[in-house]
Amino acid sequence: MDQLVWKTGGWFALATLAFLAALAAADFGFAVHMGIVCAAALAVAVLTMRHADYQAITRGLLKMPEAQGKYDDDPIRWGVIATVFWGLAGFLAGLYIALQLAFPALNLGIEYTSFGRLRPLHTSAVIFAFGGNALIATSFYVVQRTCRARLAFPALARFVFWGYQLFIVLAATGYLLGITEGKEYAEPEWYVDLWLTIVWVAYLVVFGGTILRRSEPHIYVANWFYLSFILTIAMLHIVNNLSMPVSWLGSKSYSAFAGVQDALTQWWYGHNAVGFFLTAGFLAMMYYFVPKQAERPVYSYRLSIIHFWSLIFLYIWAGPHHLHYTALPDWAQTLGMVFSVMLWMPSWGGMINGLMTLNGAWDRIRTDPIIRMMVMALAFYGMSTFEGPMMSVKAVNSLSHYTDWTIGHVHSGALGWNGLITFACLYYLTPRLWKRERLYSLRLVNWHFWLATVGIVLYAASMWVAGIMQGLMWREYGSDGYLVYAFSEVVSAMFPMYLIRAAGGLLYLSGAIVMAWNIGRTIAGSPLRVEKPMNDAAYDAEADRPIVAQPA
Amino acid sequence: MSYDALRHFADSWGLVFMGVLYVVLIGWHFLPRGRERSAEAALAIFEQEEADHG
Repeated sequence: MDQLVWKTGGWFALATLAFLAALAAADFGFAVHMGIVCAAALAVAVLTMRHADYQAITRGLLKMPEAQGKYDDDPIRWGVIATVFWGLAGFLAGLYIALQLAFPALNLGIEYTSFGRLRPLHTSAVIFAFGGNALIATSFYVVQRTCRARLAFPALARFVFWGYQLFIVLAATGYLLGITEGKEYAEPEWYVDLWLTIVWVAYLVVFGGTILRRSEPHIYVANWFYLSFILTIAMLHIVNNLSMPVSWLGSKSYSAFAGVQDALTQWWYGHNAVGFFLTAGFLAMMYYFVPKQAERPVYSYRLSIIHFWSLIFLYIWAGPHHLHYTALPDWAQTLGMVFSVMLWMPSWGGMINGLMTLNGAWDRIRTDPIIRMMVMALAFYGMSTFEGPMMSVKAVNSLSHYTDWTIGHVHSGALGWNGLITFACLYYLTPRLWKRERLYSLRLVNWHFWLATVGIVLYAASMWVAGIMQGLMWREYGSDGYLVYAFSEVVSAMFPMYLIRAAGGLLYLSGAIVMAWNIGRTIAGSPLRVEKPMNDAAYDAEADRPIVAQPA
Repeated sequence: MSYDALRHFADSWGLVFMGVLYVVLIGWHFLPRGRERSAEAALAIFEQEEADHG
């Protein structure tokens, strides 16, 4: 009882503090944010006070199995649902801003729905909300299985999940309110950054603690990738967000760096967010879930070690390629370019390692739509890790930089690699976590696969055309030395490509809706969908023999 | 340490240190027992006891 009073009192005190901060806030945005914090703390206080068994209620509501089991899987189940939800939100925001570029009237003439505010909402929703939840959920799943240990610090693991959701809500509402540091992929202001730092350290403690508790002597390679992702993101996040708030009760802050130092710090962060959040973390998923789904070990464990250390040693230097032909010293630009080109080799080593895991079971691509999705994800990993080094070469970059080619490149990586591997992992996890026989429908997975793939192809192809056209039109000089095209002419020339891109986005979002339906029905425990089985390629003993040369 | 000293360290002994560290970390797995151990590690994720999903 005493403990209950202290706990409830603590939450109420926090709510009161947030309420006072909202009253004394220096600006409107900070007041709204403190209001959100106050509401969250109040909700927790009331829930604690009523002391009901909310665990049991949510378990019933989310149809979670009764038995707790050997592993602590509840935060993973929440993570699966959160990943699907934020994925839908992020894809929808992306489709909307794609349509805004084609039809500017969709900005609606108010600041809250302008492209400049919705765009960071889209990028953060897909990278940090969708990708981040997928990473946290899968890392908790994989670390328990590969270490054969229950999650260390279960309460802290729950704090990581809910704390991360609060971070997402604060970041997203902040963008709409116009609160931003103006740093790409690191837009949230100082107090939200501090909150994320606390959550992230808790994440490291839970993950690292579970590894320390392991009953398996070897630490499986997927955990190396997860650990490098968690550690590096902590370092990047803290250094890039060093800043001084104007007021302790206001949202505005100024960066500790200025000028070209600020730019380099930003892209050191920005590129390694791609390298360690979107690559290392998702490679960890690949190294566990692809072998598990294919039911065969990874093609070469030693290649995975080379892959790991090469990424670690090379990626961190590649950031300056975002600053070609700027005030950044020339040697630093060249360094960034050279390391980017070197990165191509380990990336392809990793792709080959993943693909060759299917060696001897290539028929699974035809019969298993989840494997098909994983293979397509790896193909896009390979494609975008070839395209990236190519674009980092200064001569190519002089054409591609600031054009939509960059947008196309990012999306072939994000939709193709990160998106598809995440979907595949969600399809792998859901029936296992909810103890279902299998997914509600495999045919729907196949529909998702094709909707997503065709969507990505439309997206990437239209952005290649738009970007290269844009770059060529910008640099076109007439015989009298004047630029041939006005900027507005270039914009209007891209209209058809913008429509094709939006159509690709619509297909990709549709695929995600199909997935939400499929996963929702699986969680709800619906009877399996009546459908023609996928694996109808029957074994033919007659055909299964080598071709023997016949004497003439 | 001045900027100048730092950059000269970075592209001399710092670079050598990083290179050696990289070679050691990878070379470790190519020691005589490496092949066996790697094979064991790769297969470890399949040795599940019953009911590992709770």
